[in-house]
Amino acid sequence: MKLLLDSTLCQGYGLCREPAPELIDLDDFGYARLLETSVPPAGEDAARAAVAACPNSALRLGK
Amino acid sequence: MTGVLSLLPEGRHGLLTRPPGGGPVPYEDASRYLAAGGYTPAPAPDALLERIDAVGLRGRGGAGFPAALKLRAVRDAPGTPVVVANGEEGEPGSVKDRWLLRHRPHLVLDGLRLAAAMTGAGRGCVYLSDARAERAVLRALAERPAGPPVDVVRTLHSYVAGEESAAVRRIDGGPALPTAKPPRPFERGVGGAPTLVANVETLARIALLHTWPEAAPGIADAHLVTLSGSGGRPALAEVAAGTRLDDLAGSCGHEKAEAVLLGGLFGGLYGTGWADLPLDQDGLRTAGGALGCGALYFLRPEDCPVAVATEATAYLAAQSARQCGVCVSGTGALAGALAAVVRGTAEPGTPDKLRRWSRQLPGRGACGLLDAAARIAASLLTHFPDRVDAHRYPGCPGCAGPSAEDGRRFLVAVP
Repeated sequence: MKLLLDSTLCQGYGLCREPAPELIDLDDFGYARLLETSVPPAGEDAARAAVAACPNSALRLGK
Repeated sequence: MTGVLSLLPEGRHGLLTRPPGGGPVPYEDASRYLAAGGYTPAPAPDALLERIDAVGLRGRGGAGFPAALKLRAVRDAPGTPVVVANGEEGEPGSVKDRWLLRHRPHLVLDGLRLAAAMTGAGRGCVYLSDARAERAVLRALAERPAGPPVDVVRTLHSYVAGEESAAVRRIDGGPALPTAKPPRPFERGVGGAPTLVANVETLARIALLHTWPEAAPGIADAHLVTLSGSGGRPALAEVAAGTRLDDLAGSCGHEKAEAVLLGGLFGGLYGTGWADLPLDQDGLRTAGGALGCGALYFLRPEDCPVAVATEATAYLAAQSARQCGVCVSGTGALAGALAAVVRGTAEPGTPDKLRRWSRQLPGRGACGLLDAAARIAASLLTHFPDRVDAHRYPGCPGCAGPSAEDGRRFLVAVP
């Protein structure tokens, strides 16, 4: 599973980090920064939760 | 006036032409191009593709991606492909693409025809903003003896308009702004079809190595470069890969240069050791820089690298498409921090902040503009830490004038 971020959609709400702190960090400006794009099996639930948390659908899952 | 010079070894087939006895370079019409061996049939496109692979031709738009890989990816994607000749030259310090389109459009159209044959494309497009280039391409299209249907799509000039996804979006009737990847144009491009977006120099080299198979290695290995700086004379040159940068500087009056800005605004600054760098994609990447579109800006000893970095990042911040929040914030913060360094009002922690941002920001925008700004800041701190530090005290003579954010320092006129 891959975690994909559309940076044109990320508005810096910052709600994605809490469910997936091992996959996502927020930069100095508050925008999401992917720490991993290939999601390990143990992180798949966290990735799904991060995708669901974004109010602007900037995150999605891919193959 | 910008010079045109070939630094290729004698007898090599090059892209640059000069009329005997000097004077302006004429438009190469179809009869001249045909007489030079152009538009010969390509009965076996796969053989040409294999030749391109064998000689390792890399794209000349900036990323340096292997041309054969890109051609195969487009050919093998489901659907009937579209081929795009990308002549939208965003870097203010580069002139090669507009020069080619204005003076040798048949070379580009021939390359586009061959790219269509190799990928199975049914139609092509020439994408540009330069009015003189457009006139030359339209004239060449009316004259050309062979090739698929080709549209000419004009855009407004901007730094990001030539980025491949911006080209696709504009050709489809939208704004010339980059989109998030994936998908890349080879997967889903113009009208949803797999699309080859190829720089016009890349296409010109494909045409040349089709016409002159025995000379293919030298053709694939050569580069068009734009040389400029505050001293010396600006020049469009064609050089063999691996040429030392001091040889390039010496060819147009920049022998006293102390530093260079690489790859247009994309490859960062380089200080001590710049003279020994080889002009090729891998060599500059190994050195922490990038060849990009092949534009080099030389700094004289009296130029301040901090001022150059500040103007470059200010220009990039102004040219941000303002689609990605991280780019608006990131380029703005980099440009603002550097401007504070120039003014002598930076806080003690500013260099650390610049270092952190230049690690955090690359790869984060929909296009490479943010990466360019981050690399300029990072390379300034790596190569000129003392010069940055010296700005804590007033009186840098290189920073005396106003700094512009319109990129005028880097602008080169098309010869």
